Amino acid sequence: MNGAQDMGGVHGFGAVMPEPDEPVFHANWERRVLALTLAMGATGEWPLDASRFARENRPPAEYLAKSYYEIWLAGLEQLLVARGLVAPDELTAGRSLQPAKAVKRTLPAGDTTGSLERGRPTNREAPRPARFKVGDQVRAKNTHPVTHTRLPRYVRGHTGTITRAHGCHVFPDTNAHGHGEDPQWLYTVSFKGRELWGAEADPTVTVSVDAFEPYLEPAP
Amino acid sequence: MVAKSVPRLNNQRMSLAGDDPRLAADHEHGSELSETQLRVRALESILVEKGYVDPAALDVLIETYETKVGPHNGARVVAKAWTDPDFRQWLLTDSGAAIASLGYTGRQGENMVALENTSSVHNLVVCTLCSCYPVPVLGLPPVWYKSAPYRSRAVADPRGVLHDFGVELPPDTEIRVWDSTAEVRYLVVPTRPVGTDGWREEQLAGLVTRDSMIGAGLPKRPQDVR
Repeated sequence: MNGAQDMGGVHGFGAVMPEPDEPVFHANWERRVLALTLAMGATGEWPLDASRFARENRPPAEYLAKSYYEIWLAGLEQLLVARGLVAPDELTAGRSLQPAKAVKRTLPAGDTTGSLERGRPTNREAPRPARFKVGDQVRAKNTHPVTHTRLPRYVRGHTGTITRAHGCHVFPDTNAHGHGEDPQWLYTVSFKGRELWGAEADPTVTVSVDAFEPYLEPAP
Repeated sequence: MVAKSVPRLNNQRMSLAGDDPRLAADHEHGSELSETQLRVRALESILVEKGYVDPAALDVLIETYETKVGPHNGARVVAKAWTDPDFRQWLLTDSGAAIASLGYTGRQGENMVALENTSSVHNLVVCTLCSCYPVPVLGLPPVWYKSAPYRSRAVADPRGVLHDFGVELPPDTEIRVWDSTAEVRYLVVPTRPVGTDGWREEQLAGLVTRDSMIGAGLPKRPQDVR
């Protein structure tokens, strides 16, 4: 979706201001939101792609007014309600009012470290041969889905070169919406800065994105 | 001015990069709980009551990211690459396996790619769409990495962003920006500082900063740590 999360090239946000000796968290509730999000993610009730969509799918003004972990909290609450795991009146009451729904699994404390160390690889068997190879010139499609996508606006319609191939991976655009993993070939596509930002742009810059095959077409 | 010892304010609107106490929305002082704190507390109670989450697992998750997984992991990878040519070659050709050999694997690092800076090439990593970050080697991302100023400008004006970090590169240095739009995670291997001949791996690791492994900074120099 063309939401506020898609920030590449947007003007007006000002300078980057790194915080010296920044702590990992800035408030205790941030710790809890991170942990609750990861623990609920481990139940298998939704994939990471759905979490990302739940966070970005909100009015731009709201997205920009919230802090990072406030967005995570809102996304988690919405997923829980949408999946029927928590009812809105329970969120209001601050306690459970209805019996729990069965979840696929829970994350036991004893396996938490192991679970993190295993991760959740998105690599999948290739369902078909790759359409592109390293060195190919490709154009990022000019496409504007209202649903989840990982093709940023600033590369759409622009031509670049495939510089790496990463095998087949879970396709976020379908997986975020419950339409299956639909594995797709994943490539790194490198664009010259001037192709993206015009003739005035810095000639020393190259920008690469990781793009799934359906995002790409052969360069004209 | 807010003293560093005072509990920090949550003033990190997504649209801001730094501290602006005027926008503080979430004080954590005394017994006055903010709406957000109350919401989080309520949510945790509900999820624990329903048996969806194990409270002890929450503690492990927090402890892991607050005390165990952090940039010291990546610094060890970089320092080893600086001192061991075979490891460097392995890291650049099969990054995931080389990094896993040091024990760093898992969540948000399932597909690692190491990018080597040279005298003529500088790499900079960003996630314009959210906050994708090589967690097993760097821990959780800092606020600036997740902020709109960095996400908007890193791809369009990387030299300007580097200037914000006090980094000025020669005008002919090639800048390669990597936008982490899928599940590939990037680790920058900065160039080894001059004047470190004969340094041991552990000493060198002390020069490798988090920002230098994102490409937003350079490693410390020997004179910085004396």
